[in-house]
Amino acid sequence: MTSHALTVPNSTGPRLAGDLAIWFFIMAELLAFAVFFAAYAFTRAAHVEEFNLAQQALNRNAGAINTLLLLTGSAFVVRAVQGALAGESRRAAPWMLAAIASGVAFLVVKMVEYSAAFDHGVSLSSSTFDMFYLSLTFFHFMHVILGLVILGALWLGLRAGRYGPHNMNGLESGAAYWHMVDLLWLILFPLVYVIH
Amino acid sequence: MQYKSQAVAKPYFIAAIGLFIGQIIFGLIMGMQYVVGDFLFPEIPFNVARMVHTNLLIVWLLFGFMGAAYYMVPEESETELYSPKLAIALFWVFLAAGALTILGYLFVPYATLAQMTGNDLLATMGREFLEQPLPTKLGIVVVALAFLFNITMTVLKGRKTAISTVLLLGLWGLAIFFLFSFYNPHNLVKDKYYWWWVVHLWVEGVWELILGALLAFVLIKVTGVDREVIEKWLYVIITLTLVTGIIGTGHHYYWIGAPDYWQWWGSIFSALEPIPFFAMTVFAFNMVNRRRREHPNKAAVLWALGTGVMAFLGAGVWGFLHTLAPVNYYTHGSQITAAHGHMAFYGAYVMVVLTLISYAMPILRGRAANSNKAQVFEMWSFWLMTVAMVFITLFLTAAGILQVWLQRVSDTPMSFMATQDQVALFYWMREWAGVMFFIGLVVYVISFFIKGETRAVTQ
Repeated sequence: MTSHALTVPNSTGPRLAGDLAIWFFIMAELLAFAVFFAAYAFTRAAHVEEFNLAQQALNRNAGAINTLLLLTGSAFVVRAVQGALAGESRRAAPWMLAAIASGVAFLVVKMVEYSAAFDHGVSLSSSTFDMFYLSLTFFHFMHVILGLVILGALWLGLRAGRYGPHNMNGLESGAAYWHMVDLLWLILFPLVYVIH
Repeated sequence: MQYKSQAVAKPYFIAAIGLFIGQIIFGLIMGMQYVVGDFLFPEIPFNVARMVHTNLLIVWLLFGFMGAAYYMVPEESETELYSPKLAIALFWVFLAAGALTILGYLFVPYATLAQMTGNDLLATMGREFLEQPLPTKLGIVVVALAFLFNITMTVLKGRKTAISTVLLLGLWGLAIFFLFSFYNPHNLVKDKYYWWWVVHLWVEGVWELILGALLAFVLIKVTGVDREVIEKWLYVIITLTLVTGIIGTGHHYYWIGAPDYWQWWGSIFSALEPIPFFAMTVFAFNMVNRRRREHPNKAAVLWALGTGVMAFLGAGVWGFLHTLAPVNYYTHGSQITAAHGHMAFYGAYVMVVLTLISYAMPILRGRAANSNKAQVFEMWSFWLMTVAMVFITLFLTAAGILQVWLQRVSDTPMSFMATQDQVALFYWMREWAGVMFFIGLVVYVISFFIKGETRAVTQ
């Protein structure tokens, strides 16, 4: 941590990975999703049959593939961070590129899934379940795009050799954001696609 | 002051305060009309008083924002203003346009005013807050564009900071979203839908960026905390603002005929709108606690802290009170909305403009801070106005709860007007709180004329 952080770091305590500012942001994002998840859960409780029926129409295979893609992407990000921490910023760059490829693949799978759903008449107004399905997944979809922009910036930084054991703040902050995107999917997928 | 051209801010601030006084006088007139229906009738009908009250508020805040920008941008960019002459010319254009519009409201029947000003060419009038005649609306666009040109050119030729970037983003957004005031579709749903693109995306979107930039600027100056730290907070706050505020527009789409999903989107995102305001409060107190200097202008620090707290209460808490669709189903358009509107505008925008005036005006008048005596007066005005606003808000909230109960929840609901009679006591109490606010405003104006020992500008 450098003077870039929001508060003066405690030199004796455990080190916070990433900037405090990104953690504020992540907390706010998690809160937004938590409210959305809770709204889904309470609405489902009142319409269990209807939700179970509508859930059958979802493409669980696409969801499972996407789960794998995001988990793999997160693992690649971890490798990239570890590489930079070991002082091998440039050699870590391909790991980041692999993570970006996983993220892009997620978007492709998601778009194929959306396209099929739209063909079946799924829309924000077709049913309450569809409204939640589209809202939650699309809100997450937008986060994946933002996460990819961040990973792209980190990739360029790694290639330029910007990160190292003494300059991890930016890299760890961006990585933390990506892990959040991943974490949210790990809740979203079972909640909307699987549990019935 | 560091740059000569910053002086153009002074007439803007003076005009802002002058129009502020007018706004409050019309507020008192309207408050009286709530309980004495024919007060000043037919000279000043209620709808005209309301239009003048709200339009003056918007215009004086715009004067405040422009003055603030003219003061801040040269200092942030470390260069003189691109064209001080243009800034002064625009001041007179905007003041004349504003004055003519208000006089038009007061002395010409609204329908005649619409006829006289070419509303039949492009119908834009007759909508709440966007009542301005077509020439005024066009004037606002011209002034805004020329102002943005001046400010943007200054930023481009000088140092670029996060504060000036956020300020520019807010000001450009303000101008762009105002363009939707020219779009007036026949379909009432679409009309309302895009009307909110001006109203909501101003006050719960781009204006918040301006608010954040102004507050951050004053905090850097009065606390001496590192720019880097303050700018990082600013980024976090404006990101949260945009994430919650843009989709939060949906909380206006519940009952206007827009698709149902807006009830979910609007409820969820707008419920999170208090977060950036809370962050702003924490930010202001945190920075002041970690101050590296004791700035002689105590009044400005008080206004800055007050902005954080009152914006959170007025915009955040009072907004949350009735933002969820199931609650709003009952409270929509009641006095609870009025309570929220009053404290939110005062806490967020009035106070931040007064914060900047409080900080900049002494410097524009050649001293680092006003005399102790003048500051004591100013701080009295702070407490009088702020406490009065808390009372106005509480009385309106009480009126609103009673109104909702009698008119909408009860098994034997009363008519609108019968309900109004029942809540009259709260309207009287609100009017007295309004008088207290006006006294506070008078004390505020007096504080500018108090002499006493002052220190010279140190920077």
